[in-house]
Amino acid sequence: MGAFVAKRLGQAVIVAWGALTLVFIIVRVVPGDPAKLILGPDASADQLKHVRSDFGLDHPLWRQYLEHLGGVLHGDLGDSWRLGGSALGDTLERFPATLTLSLVALVLTILLGFPLGMLCARRPGKVLDLLVSTGSLVGQAVPSFWLGIVLILLFARELGWLPATADGSLAGVLLPAFTLALPFIGWLARLVRNGALEEGAKDYVRTARAKGVPEGLVQYVHVGRNIAVPVVTVLGLLMGNFIANAVIIEVVFSWPGIGSLMVDAITNRDYAVVEAAVLTMTVSYIALNLLVDVVYFALDPRLTPENA
Amino acid sequence: MTAITVPAEGAAARAKTGGRRVPVRVWVGAGVLALFVLAALVGPLLWPYDPVATHLADRLLAPGGRTATGSIAWLGTDQVGRDLFANLLAGARITLLVAGATVVVGGAVGLVVGLVSGYFGGPLDTVLSRVGDVQLAFPSILLAILLAGVLGPSITNIVITLAITRWVIFARIVRASAMSTRRLEYVDSARVLGCGHLRILVRHVLPSCWQPLLVAATVQVGLVMVAEASLSFLGLGVPVDTASWGATVSIGRDYLGSAWWISTVPAAALALVVTAVGVVGDGFRDLSDPRSQI
Repeated sequence: MGAFVAKRLGQAVIVAWGALTLVFIIVRVVPGDPAKLILGPDASADQLKHVRSDFGLDHPLWRQYLEHLGGVLHGDLGDSWRLGGSALGDTLERFPATLTLSLVALVLTILLGFPLGMLCARRPGKVLDLLVSTGSLVGQAVPSFWLGIVLILLFARELGWLPATADGSLAGVLLPAFTLALPFIGWLARLVRNGALEEGAKDYVRTARAKGVPEGLVQYVHVGRNIAVPVVTVLGLLMGNFIANAVIIEVVFSWPGIGSLMVDAITNRDYAVVEAAVLTMTVSYIALNLLVDVVYFALDPRLTPENA
Repeated sequence: MTAITVPAEGAAARAKTGGRRVPVRVWVGAGVLALFVLAALVGPLLWPYDPVATHLADRLLAPGGRTATGSIAWLGTDQVGRDLFANLLAGARITLLVAGATVVVGGAVGLVVGLVSGYFGGPLDTVLSRVGDVQLAFPSILLAILLAGVLGPSITNIVITLAITRWVIFARIVRASAMSTRRLEYVDSARVLGCGHLRILVRHVLPSCWQPLLVAATVQVGLVMVAEASLSFLGLGVPVDTASWGATVSIGRDYLGSAWWISTVPAAALALVVTAVGVVGDGFRDLSDPRSQI
């Protein structure tokens, strides 16, 4: 177990370093002159020179990269020119909001997707099953930004049941979280349904039924436990997806998380904040993937460090 | 948006009924797609869209309303009186152009990288695979937003951005095919007969990579369409003077209470086309999966 975790941790650190380098390349190398990117096309030569020396852009690229790398290791990603403070600090301040949103979305996905999948598996090919499989296809195709707007209109403006933007209450997180979760509810239901159907054909289920175990118990205890392993691991990946996909939802609902901060920073050319936001989200995504690997390994006793 | 696919479930059912019959829904999906392609290619010629025109007398007309010139705006008009039907057609062209170009560019890069790394293996393969790992560790929507933000809004840039976020997926698929093919006897035979690497790659390895690549490409077309609309919604996609479904949804946001159709028309069109792509992709995958043909 220890060796396995150490190996995966090492891989995760290498991947995180790669991501850091990729962001550096995109922000500092791709645009040609980052100073022009920060100041816009109308900047004077004097202003450009000033910004270049302020941000250390007059150093050779390798030195900028090493300084950047050293800064990251000290938790310093530079200062936000717009918000004044440290870019990483501003970003981490907004992180709990994004985490809350993603967590509520995850809970919604499990609470709705799991029972729905179990119900579908009871009568495959019948009305509910067809509804869910069609719904999951359509749910993944409907653009989330539009869905968010429609939900605001319906539940916040017309019915007045839920607040449209964040007000700190649990009700305020429901609409954005549901928008985030919806495409994945049908997806999880199909995953659970397929797993339950596959497990349901096995001998131990037939034995349970033969000895007279009630059908509900067979489904949720015998079958449920065996499909839990793939489902639990998939939930970690979902959480990572939620954190990334939250960017658009946060903009729609004016949710004060990292995503809306990042889009704001991009439109305002505040690249230190952009880097900090992308890195925070990517590192949490990588960490979640690592967690999934470890949980999967811990849950399935058949796996060894060699075959995992 | 990371692609998460659910294993084929129609396959077993079709195996029972026997044959390779294409289900009705796949035909419906293909029909919708054909209509979409036709609308994107021909539509803007018949109903030209002028992005800078303003007809203030015709603002916010509901679908089916009559404009000042006496014509009927079947899908309504937007906040400056532009016809939404013409906007929809112009947006369809952008959607098709971006999705097509992205999948072709990303697919071509992925094909070359996948072939080389799967066929030759060795250190080159290790390096290319690690680069792919790093990129896949990145949520693709973040990478797209970052790149699009740095490059600035233009159609070429959005194709570059989305192709960069997609090539790894194609490369993985082609690499897997190429790796399993290079060990087959006919490839050995070709080598014994004195064929060069290039000839083996093109004549013997490539044919087995096409099918998985095309299946992946169909799935990606739908994802790319949603990604383009999302970027344009955020204002990072196409330039402001270009009609895009995502951008129109964004404009309609402010008028949703009074003129719901501005946002709803392009969003519904996008959902319909992406669903159709999904249905056709599923059908295509089932057809190309030999297990479903037994």
